[in-house]
Amino acid sequence: MGFREAFDKKDFVVTVEIPPPKGANVVPGIDIAEKILGRVDGVNVTDNQRGIMRMCPLAFSHLLKEMGHNPIMQVCTRDRNRLALQSDILGAGALGIENICIMTGDHPKLGDHPDAKPVFDIDSIQLIKVVRELENGISMAGKKLDGSPRFFVGGVMNPFFEPFELELIKLNKKMGAGAEFFQTQPFFDKESLERFVGQIKGIDTKFLVGISPLKSVKMVNFMNEKVLTRKIPENISKRIESAKDQTEEGVRIAAEFIKNIKDIVKGIHIMPIGIEQYLPYLLDEAEI
Amino acid sequence: MIITKQKNFDELLRMMDGQRSVFIVGCGECATTCRTGGEKEVAEMSLKLAENGKTVTGSVVINAPCLELDTRRVLRQNKNLVDKTEVILVLACGAGVQAVAEAVECSVYPGCDSLFLGNVFRHLYFYEKCSTCGECVIGSYGGICPVTRCSKSLLNGPCGGSVKGMCEVDNKKECIWIAIYDRMKKSNSLDKLAKVLPAKNHSAGTSPGRVINGV
Repeated sequence: MGFREAFDKKDFVVTVEIPPPKGANVVPGIDIAEKILGRVDGVNVTDNQRGIMRMCPLAFSHLLKEMGHNPIMQVCTRDRNRLALQSDILGAGALGIENICIMTGDHPKLGDHPDAKPVFDIDSIQLIKVVRELENGISMAGKKLDGSPRFFVGGVMNPFFEPFELELIKLNKKMGAGAEFFQTQPFFDKESLERFVGQIKGIDTKFLVGISPLKSVKMVNFMNEKVLTRKIPENISKRIESAKDQTEEGVRIAAEFIKNIKDIVKGIHIMPIGIEQYLPYLLDEAEI
Repeated sequence: MIITKQKNFDELLRMMDGQRSVFIVGCGECATTCRTGGEKEVAEMSLKLAENGKTVTGSVVINAPCLELDTRRVLRQNKNLVDKTEVILVLACGAGVQAVAEAVECSVYPGCDSLFLGNVFRHLYFYEKCSTCGECVIGSYGGICPVTRCSKSLLNGPCGGSVKGMCEVDNKKECIWIAIYDRMKKSNSLDKLAKVLPAKNHSAGTSPGRVINGV
């Protein structure tokens, strides 16, 4: 079953994120992917996430596709100009990659090559539109293409952005440009999620809400200080702090949260930042 | 105005390694306002170079070194001193440095790093608001330029990475998209923001720029 099809046929859609390797060794990532084959509807392959250089998502998506997964190739606009983006996307089409998820990408200053030139030639909304035009057989420069790809195109959104009206304006623009599904930043409490579900009521698109198992108290503190607008609830950080194995406890908390929200959302997107090896355990615990 | 900051003094000494005599050129406009190349800074630089074993043959603060004909004239007037010099150190922006380099044959080194085209908020408070991109789009954004003031130059809304209204790249800088939103909301023009705005025409700002008689 393809990723797009999963939205029609399943009550609860699950995607996970596996980054390409930091190096040429694909074995550990592929090994994790093998263990979850058949249990998830799509696997996001990140694109130098957090501005940290890794293998290209095109190659890793191809490997996942060959083993029977539905790769969702992430494409960010930070590193490539409009020529490079289009040619990689055409390449993805030729390799049978059917799903892409488009985003701006973190600034290189936050990553491991802070001296790099930030590209940002076009933005995520413009790129979504470009992909739709490639499907119509037209390049961004208006030139006719010899053959056109087909994709299920998605984007990302931040449910905690304030003012939320501005985030909604951007969401609507992405939908207008042709995005069909959205993966969100992670939620850590049901109350925030319920509020979000209320806020997006009536918006005709597919949402997969973000879930991140927390690796340690250190990670909780980092997320609270540097990344999140809405803090991780204190009871969660306390549970992790007092656990014998902080990572396992973090995974169990995420699994409990998934079970707890299954009825109120159409699907989830699991981002196990740095602890991908726990994915099978997380899926077990969440009864997926 | 062009905002500059003086280079680290050790870097200047490394550039001049093996060269002994130095003539210093300052700038009476931008670098004076930035306190990086005015009369006072040129005098301080002369002293510091002398303390570090250099022979300062002379110095001059040119009104605006980027006015090339004026710069040539001033350097001609100082020909006797310049001719005795191995190095000219220019305390001005890169435009000034090159105007000097084109007027002389000796080594010309930049004493400053050029940072940006800046607005002066008040004394020594400079903000970059225009990056001379070649095709002004400010009219679509309530009078605020996202090309320059968004770290990612996004044209269709915020990246979503800001935390508490501050940019993900530098938490001392506001997310300019929130300012654009506030302003357009106040003027009832959010509908303009709802449209997908096209990609930037980067060919309009291709370097090196050249305008002759308006063309």
